[in-house]
Amino acid sequence: MERIPILRMGEFLLVTIQVDMHDRLALALQEDLTNQIAHSRSHGVLIDISCLDIVDSFTARLLGNMASMARMLDAETVVVGMQPAVAITLVELGITLEGVRTALNPEKGMELLRAALRARSNEDGHAL
Amino acid sequence: MHSEVRDTLSIVTEEDSVRVRQVTREKAVEAGFNLVAQTKFVTAASELARNTLKWGGGGTVRFEAVDASRGRGLRLVFEDHGPGIPDVELALTDGFSTSSGLGMGLGGAKRLVDEFDIESRVGVGTKVSITMWR
Repeated sequence: MERIPILRMGEFLLVTIQVDMHDRLALALQEDLTNQIAHSRSHGVLIDISCLDIVDSFTARLLGNMASMARMLDAETVVVGMQPAVAITLVELGITLEGVRTALNPEKGMELLRAALRARSNEDGHAL
Repeated sequence: MHSEVRDTLSIVTEEDSVRVRQVTREKAVEAGFNLVAQTKFVTAASELARNTLKWGGGGTVRFEAVDASRGRGLRLVFEDHGPGIPDVELALTDGFSTSSGLGMGLGGAKRLVDEFDIESRVGVGTKVSITMWR
């Protein structure tokens, strides 16, 4: 079966969704990503949705689920590259993607992830 | 008002729903919608295609070019012969849908388009039409 690739980039996992996903493919991604986080012990996930020209309620729920699952596995998630028309549509749909961290582009997303990880290691430092 | 059927697609598999999104985009571009209008319309079509498949057990979507005094537009008519919706008002409430999505499907689609019409009869099926004017 067709799959969305998950790349490992140093300490982070990178997912670039480049196809119009049908629901099964989207659910497979959710499962693959959770497995990959556990397997790679990554603490950060970057999901690039710049190629998605629509995000409907199903995909939005999926993004939220992936972020929640990642959090439970001790990883931060940042969704990057949302198209402005998609943002407008989501808000009118009544979806705010609460609990999902977003950034304008992959570079800003990486910065966010690094900052989150730094803050986390500082906290660990204090605890010691 | 004048309307002309441009295309009919069946919605039987999830891949068909993807096709519905793609064709809706093509027609929305042809109809001269701006990017935000295209995006809203395609998103609404995606929600309704999923409903047709999931709750209606599959069905069809008809694409119509409409011409009225207020201008030209694009209409999509989703039809299924599934179990029907006992309480349409309730189904249009946010958070209604139980199994997937955010429960934004039907009510969300309604908010994204200029005109929304639903007819449903228990045991007969459901017909939802959405229209966007240029």
